[in-house]
Amino acid sequence: MPLYHDDDQTMLADTASQFMAEEGAIAKQLRHWRDRECKDGFGHALWKQMAEMGFTGILVPEADGGLGMGHVEAGIVLEEIGRNLTPSPFLTSSVIAASALGQASDDLRGRYLPGLIAGDSVFAVAIDEGAKHRPERIATRAEKSGNGFRLSGRKDFVVQGASADMIVVAARTSGAEDDADGVTLFAVPKDAAGLDHDAVRLVDSSMASHLTLDGVELDGDAVIGEVDGGREVLSRMIDAGRVGAAAEGVGVARGAMAMTVDYLKQRKQFGKLIGEFQALQHRAAHLYSEVEIARAVTIKAQQLLDAGAQNASLMASVAKAKVGKAASLAVKEGVQMHGGIGMTDEYDIGLYMKRDRALAEFLGDAHYHAGRVAELSGY
Amino acid sequence: MSDLESFRAETRAWLEANCPAEMREPAQGEDDAYWGGRNATFQSEAQKAWFEACRDKGYTVPAWPREYGGAGLSPPEAKILREEMARINARSPLSSFGIWMLGPALLKFGTEEQKRKYLNEIARGEIRWCQGYSEPGSGSDLVSLQTFGEDKGDHWVVNGQKIWTSYADKADWIFCLVRTDKTNKYQGITFMLFDMASPGVSTKPILLISGNSPFCETFFDDVKVPKDQFVGEINRGWDVAKYLLGHEREMISGADNSERGAGIGAMLKRQAGEMDPVLRAELAMFDVDALAFSAMGEKFLDEVKVGKAHPAQPNMMKYAGTELNKRRHELVMAAGGSAALEWDSEESRGGSAARSWLRTKANSIEGGTSEVMLNVIAKRILELPGA
Repeated sequence: MPLYHDDDQTMLADTASQFMAEEGAIAKQLRHWRDRECKDGFGHALWKQMAEMGFTGILVPEADGGLGMGHVEAGIVLEEIGRNLTPSPFLTSSVIAASALGQASDDLRGRYLPGLIAGDSVFAVAIDEGAKHRPERIATRAEKSGNGFRLSGRKDFVVQGASADMIVVAARTSGAEDDADGVTLFAVPKDAAGLDHDAVRLVDSSMASHLTLDGVELDGDAVIGEVDGGREVLSRMIDAGRVGAAAEGVGVARGAMAMTVDYLKQRKQFGKLIGEFQALQHRAAHLYSEVEIARAVTIKAQQLLDAGAQNASLMASVAKAKVGKAASLAVKEGVQMHGGIGMTDEYDIGLYMKRDRALAEFLGDAHYHAGRVAELSGY
Repeated sequence: MSDLESFRAETRAWLEANCPAEMREPAQGEDDAYWGGRNATFQSEAQKAWFEACRDKGYTVPAWPREYGGAGLSPPEAKILREEMARINARSPLSSFGIWMLGPALLKFGTEEQKRKYLNEIARGEIRWCQGYSEPGSGSDLVSLQTFGEDKGDHWVVNGQKIWTSYADKADWIFCLVRTDKTNKYQGITFMLFDMASPGVSTKPILLISGNSPFCETFFDDVKVPKDQFVGEINRGWDVAKYLLGHEREMISGADNSERGAGIGAMLKRQAGEMDPVLRAELAMFDVDALAFSAMGEKFLDEVKVGKAHPAQPNMMKYAGTELNKRRHELVMAAGGSAALEWDSEESRGGSAARSWLRTKANSIEGGTSEVMLNVIAKRILELPGA
């Protein structure tokens, strides 16, 4: 498969680009909800509009009422979300949770997917336990209780956890904290007794929860996939999320870079456009190279995920790490090249820097993923 | 089975039958490759067998038309061949500036007669070519070149000096930029081809920091060049040169070799044993960049094939690829430790680690410096204002 978008994908990109630039624009969404200190950090009306556009069900199989497309298509929407810093539950609901639900029972799919496709439901995922992403270790316990399970533990960085109708929780049904086996995924409804959110606003104005599970009782049918055998579903779900976060990061990087290059063409100092200075030209050209390379490997990872290829997980880490570095460079250069105005709240470039920091941390930063590349490569 | 699937199966079987085991080990450097030419010698029976099998199959230039010595493969077929060769680490059967640079220029600008003659010779490895672009004082600023061809009716008389002419002392013919009109900077250059055995041509190798002399100074003293030995139009050689530079940059960037640079961490761990955690971290970051660049190379070639790539994109590939390659060899030296310093011991494979490391320092200079590449990206892709 060639590493560029085919005609259908290009059409989707045009549609998504126009939609996000109009409906998902920074002033209309991010600043709007931020300035109102919105408790969700995003607008439900936009989520509904995204459903009308067909975006919400991109990764949901046609048999379940979705579009049955792939990670390349989800990535197209995510790149536009990133470019416009559009706050939405798309990544957590339509990419990560949808990817787990795709492997769930008919009952769970029937219960949750229609709401997702319609833009009525929002999902979150609870993986991390601690400030850094370490999904290899899961301490949250799920003990057998009657016909079901009883969940106890604590989760961090549950993005949009307090707004979610359902949270996919990774818990341990057997074994020790760092065992690969013994992990099970559960679909936990928001009103489950014993589920408590400590919701906090993050640097990018998004909301994330510290989640406490204090003897949360679930029926056996809340299990996604196999009991004790959830590691593979979890890994696939996380890989989908990493590649999705990479795609959104590419959008953030491209958005910040476009803003900066545009500024270089307008701002005058010392009687010249600052874009005429070679010191800035070279840094901008280097940045362009890094962002292009990050975009290429993200598309590669999307295609490998869609093909179910053996090295998809390795390339997901390469993409997350590369985008982590490239997007961070884009926002740092963006603020620096904007000079004083780049430090003002009035100007959008700082918003790109904040979003990048949150995305970079989500599902593992560049250091984590470079380390994973080394491990998967045998050193 | 689709046509492409059966092509892959056939290719795999053909490579299995024809690529000797010794040709599936990585080459140790440029000297380890077969370059063809009038005075060529093979380093081993395996090298000879592999070259001849590829030559007879058209696999020295798989995508060129059959009438010009190629195998006439379609782009997807050529990609499959590349993938299958990479899968078994098969070496390139023939290294050649004729293939990488002159060939593409002839395919685009050459006359039918030129194509039939020169392309077939290149494909069969019969003539080894060198490139006469740079001059003392005209490195990255190529259009300032001074070598002059005086019009004598049926021939030119060429006088001047070239520098950094790779392997000029071993080459049979040269493709060369010669000023034929002194009044016009850009439209006064002609792209000429001539025999290095012509009277008046002399070469002198330049010893490099690597201890090798791949480059030469080349002198033209009243060299007679027949008037029909030019490509494109007279005085419009810059068009050909620019086109060809794109291919050269693509080649130096390693974009056509998607495995290069990928996954050196594991390889170096095997060599070095226990690894310093900071070195391991640097290797891991390098592998991230290298694997990402491989994807970029693949994307770039896919886009070139359908005309989607920006015309200045080869500059980006050249910049990123050569900087990456330099970093790679810094890491090879760091992992190799004192063994990598040994200039010609068994341990250091005859000093190949150190020589390759030093050689890569030229990557970001030859074919246009990294700084020139960044200038081009800034102006032509980002469209930043000129000074």
